[in-house]
Amino acid sequence: MNIDSQTDAFRHVQTAHCENGVTTALLRYHGLDFMTEPLAFGMGSGLFYIQIPFLTVNNGPAISFRTMPGAIFKRTCKSLGVEVTRKKFSNPAAAEAFLDQKVKEGAPVGCQVGVFHLTYFPKEYRFHFNAHNLIVFGEEDGRYLISDPVMEDVTSLSKEELSRVRFAQGPLAPKGHIYFPEKIKPITDDMIRKGVVSGIRRNVRDMLRIPGNFAGVNGIRHTSNHVRKWRDKLGLRKASLYLGQIVRMQEEIGTGGGGFRFLYGAFLEEAAAYLQDDRVANISEDFTKAGDMWRASAIKMAGVYKGRLTEQKDFEEIADMMLDIRLVEKEAFEKLSRLKLGR
Amino acid sequence: MKKEDLPQDPGALAKFTREVCYVKNDDGKYETALSKGWDIKKQALDSAWEEVNERVEDARKAVANGEKSPVYYFMELRLMDLSVLAGYTGFFPFFIKRHFKPSVFKDLSERKLEKYARAFDITVSELKNFKG
Repeated sequence: MNIDSQTDAFRHVQTAHCENGVTTALLRYHGLDFMTEPLAFGMGSGLFYIQIPFLTVNNGPAISFRTMPGAIFKRTCKSLGVEVTRKKFSNPAAAEAFLDQKVKEGAPVGCQVGVFHLTYFPKEYRFHFNAHNLIVFGEEDGRYLISDPVMEDVTSLSKEELSRVRFAQGPLAPKGHIYFPEKIKPITDDMIRKGVVSGIRRNVRDMLRIPGNFAGVNGIRHTSNHVRKWRDKLGLRKASLYLGQIVRMQEEIGTGGGGFRFLYGAFLEEAAAYLQDDRVANISEDFTKAGDMWRASAIKMAGVYKGRLTEQKDFEEIADMMLDIRLVEKEAFEKLSRLKLGR
Repeated sequence: MKKEDLPQDPGALAKFTREVCYVKNDDGKYETALSKGWDIKKQALDSAWEEVNERVEDARKAVANGEKSPVYYFMELRLMDLSVLAGYTGFFPFFIKRHFKPSVFKDLSERKLEKYARAFDITVSELKNFKG
């Protein structure tokens, strides 16, 4: 299958997370109708935890509950043998010319953008965050047609508006980053199964065996140790802002709830069907439990930033909750590891 | 999370979109559902904005007292930090820090002011004449 032969109209897909959404919608457009958000997320080994050392974001700790931006699209396409083209630009005019060319060809493309100048976002959400993704799927009256996966419906942006967000500056600056599937071969169920297995195995490796103490399941312990010290070290006010930051990273739009854990649970459920393996479905329950525990910890943290909980023992309790979550996730990934899928 | 437990607390997103969440249905299977928001995270966002507004207010006072230049105020107003502002202007953070000093700021060339004004989405005269 070559994309030149594709004529059917692009269909907007609303998803929890932007990169999953772009991956799902682009692959579906190219005829991979089986693609779903959980499948894209799992094949791309999207689940992760990291507290990046020495880095602060919006004056708080830099914590992420998923893998690095761009990786999900890249890995999912690769494991299905889909060739992708990705380009970055130093010159906005060149970036726009390239995009216009693709639009003229009628091919939807993914773009990385910054949200600070993204006009259709509510003001409250417009921080300097540069790893948002959207799809440009056409042009009408001099405006680009935009499918933003976190939105219920499609929207549009003027040329200046899109150029501005594609050349947002700061950490993870998109530099006009544009990407799209190029060549797609017929995909068999066997390829999907292999992709699912390698996605799971890579995720096991990332969460259990990544070196260092600030990433993977050990990263949760790392943050937990920090939480214990924040109140004394930073003062109550700053410490509570830091907790607020964790909750935002974990629950804000784009996570599917519970810091992506529910999304991973949904993936394992689908994976079990592909692999005809009930053991995988059972482990899905563990991730549901982890997601519920993350949400319970968010409620506790909210007590602190609302000013209701102020004692050191409250911080200790939150830290202990995180240690419990670590154990649940560690156990779940060890179970996945012991299945020896694909051996 | 069970489907019936999915919170529907309208927040900042209410006028924009509902968001997809993954929930368990009655059969114990995952499905997607739309949520209007959750008070817990609305409060997290609110407290982040309180902090931002406080920083902006502090910056305004600092300009009014002659301790900082307008560059500092507008950086805070636009939620930027040194690395973001460095990206938009092309100046190294070291120089930007110098431009925070009112004494250095008043001698800045028109060209440099232009770059700051563009980064902050304001005119050069707004930048120059901001008194706090």
